[in-house]
Amino acid sequence: MLWIAIRMLTGDAQKFYGLVFGIAFSTLLITQQLTIFVNLIERGASGVYNVSSADIWVMDPVSRTTDVAYAMPSTALDKVRSVPGVEWAVPHIRAQASVRTKDGDLEGVAVIGVDDATLIGLPKRMLEGSTDVLSQPDSVIIDDVGTTRMFPGQSPIGERLELNDQRAVIRGIADAIPSFTSTVVLYTKYSQALNYVPGTRNRLSFVLVGAENPLEAKALSERIERETGLKAQTRDEFAQDGVQFIIENTGIPLNFGITVMLGFIVGVAIVGLTFSLFIRDNIKQFGALKAIGVTNSKIRRMVAVQAGLVGLTGYGLGVLGTVFFIWGFSGDPTFKGFYIPWQIPLISALAVAVILALTGWLALRNVLKTEPASVFR
Amino acid sequence: MGKSMDTTAIGGCNPEAAICTRGVTRDFEAGQQTITVLHGIDLDVRAGELTFLVGESGSGKTTLISIMCGILWPTLGEVKVFGTDIYDLGDTDLVEFRLQNIGFIFQQYNLIPSIDAANNAAVPLIAQGMDRLEAREKAVGMLEKLNIGDQAGKLPSQLSGGQQQRVAIARALVHEPRLVVCDEPTAALDASSGRRVMDLLRDVAVAEDRACIIVTHDNRIFDLADRILVLEDGRITHDGKDMPEGH
Ligand SMILES: Nc1ncnc2c1ncn2[C@@H]1O[C@H](COP(=O)(O)OP(=O)(O)OP(=O)(O)O)[C@@H](O)[C@H]1O
Ligand SMILES: [Mg+2]
Repeated sequence: MLWIAIRMLTGDAQKFYGLVFGIAFSTLLITQQLTIFVNLIERGASGVYNVSSADIWVMDPVSRTTDVAYAMPSTALDKVRSVPGVEWAVPHIRAQASVRTKDGDLEGVAVIGVDDATLIGLPKRMLEGSTDVLSQPDSVIIDDVGTTRMFPGQSPIGERLELNDQRAVIRGIADAIPSFTSTVVLYTKYSQALNYVPGTRNRLSFVLVGAENPLEAKALSERIERETGLKAQTRDEFAQDGVQFIIENTGIPLNFGITVMLGFIVGVAIVGLTFSLFIRDNIKQFGALKAIGVTNSKIRRMVAVQAGLVGLTGYGLGVLGTVFFIWGFSGDPTFKGFYIPWQIPLISALAVAVILALTGWLALRNVLKTEPASVFR
Repeated sequence: MGKSMDTTAIGGCNPEAAICTRGVTRDFEAGQQTITVLHGIDLDVRAGELTFLVGESGSGKTTLISIMCGILWPTLGEVKVFGTDIYDLGDTDLVEFRLQNIGFIFQQYNLIPSIDAANNAAVPLIAQGMDRLEAREKAVGMLEKLNIGDQAGKLPSQLSGGQQQRVAIARALVHEPRLVVCDEPTAALDASSGRRVMDLLRDVAVAEDRACIIVTHDNRIFDLADRILVLEDGRITHDGKDMPEGH
């Protein structure tokens, strides 16, 4: 009987493709938009993820994210170092600057100053050059997004920049996760960064801390807060703060939420309409089956199989479409490192199930209501 | 669905009867008022006969055979098919009873458009749970009996009206039901096709332990009946081998 159900559906090619298209379209819209959304807001935490060795970030109590930070006096570093449980603590500076390129273009950049001695604060991997280059005078390392933005199609190595009126030479490319705004990032030594960033009295943005026992980072961060009066966040907390900041301060969740909702509604509309038409076209056949001796529960299973077939095919195509989309754009720095979190296909599968359950149930009602006696009319 | 049963039905049923109705009454709600379409029908349909049910449009023929084959509940009365009081069965049991014992031929054949003739004819066997290929093989055999074995692989849309009708007949007979009911089986056919269909039905659906009841107002085939019942305004007014005078 289930075989017949499938043939009934696939035999009506127009409606079958309509149904599959509806589900595929919904799945694509929901999966793709949710994927971009999640990856985009996770960019709010890129500053934290790029410094993977820091267990704890210490900052002024008003600081909120890696990019929204209020500077502390340099004495903060020693205060943090004296807290028991701190294995190491290094200064970290993040500031905005303006860059004039050789061609005279102006670009706003982020300058990140990393600890002179340990270079903690640099991304883990380099695309070109080694981290040693920072020991040369006026050296900066650019991130890969910066390369594609400022030097499309050419190597930035050896390029001279005017960075807030100071000379800077690019000597390496870091493999970094782009920031939410895909700002160009220039890494340099802490001491050098102080030269690049115009002088105010306090310029220490963060103190990065390695815990003696990384598993107890949370407890250590609380101790640091108690003993220094500063704010201390574990890596995970601070990453979450960055994501939260994007969510709270941009229209992104609303915009993506609307698109996802639309995907769902369009799915319900297309699939609901087509499914109802399909059932209506076949109501006589269903009536005949009921008269001949097919029970309602078997009819239910037939419609469920039809819905399942449409669901699986459409869902598969939709997810595949998303994969192709992400893959197709993986070369674009805006989409660098984009991945599909496993929860998202699950969410769209759930949405598909809801769409099909809803529309299938509506369509099925007509079949179940059909009196077998109607076949003689 | 009114399932109230009149347990005081008059008379017993002849155990030989294929179908036995006692006091079968059917009402329909038409807006505010209730119209009674069948008025206490007492009827025995014998096995081994081709029984015609004739009457004017609206006289209640379709309603009566629907009740006799277990797809429409009577308002009052009881119906026995081969000794089983079918409206005493539970819903699922009644469906199963139809599947095992009754073959249907609808005026609009109601074939499934996307499966071929053989698979259409095999539907009752598949519904009974038989393996699909085995069911198909049997269905092809039945199509051969009906002289359209060579059309087995065609879709309904590729067949003529008469061929589709035969597929529908094959579907009604493939599981060897003991009762076959047809509503206007020849209405869509020309005279000679209509007679051929009737001959076929007589050949395959009528046997000692089987009954076939045909609703028709096709006077071209009245002479093929073993027994003709005339229904007028919900009452049987004639019962005999031939049509009454004046019809
Ligand atoms: N489901 C229904 N609801 C209301 N009235 C109905 C219903 N089914 C049948 N009737 C009424 O019952 C009466 C008999 O209908 P039935 O279909 O049994 O007639 P028939 O003898 O088969 O007619 P025809 O030769 O035109 O097919 C008609 O007046 C019809 O309007
Ligand atoms: Mg009728």
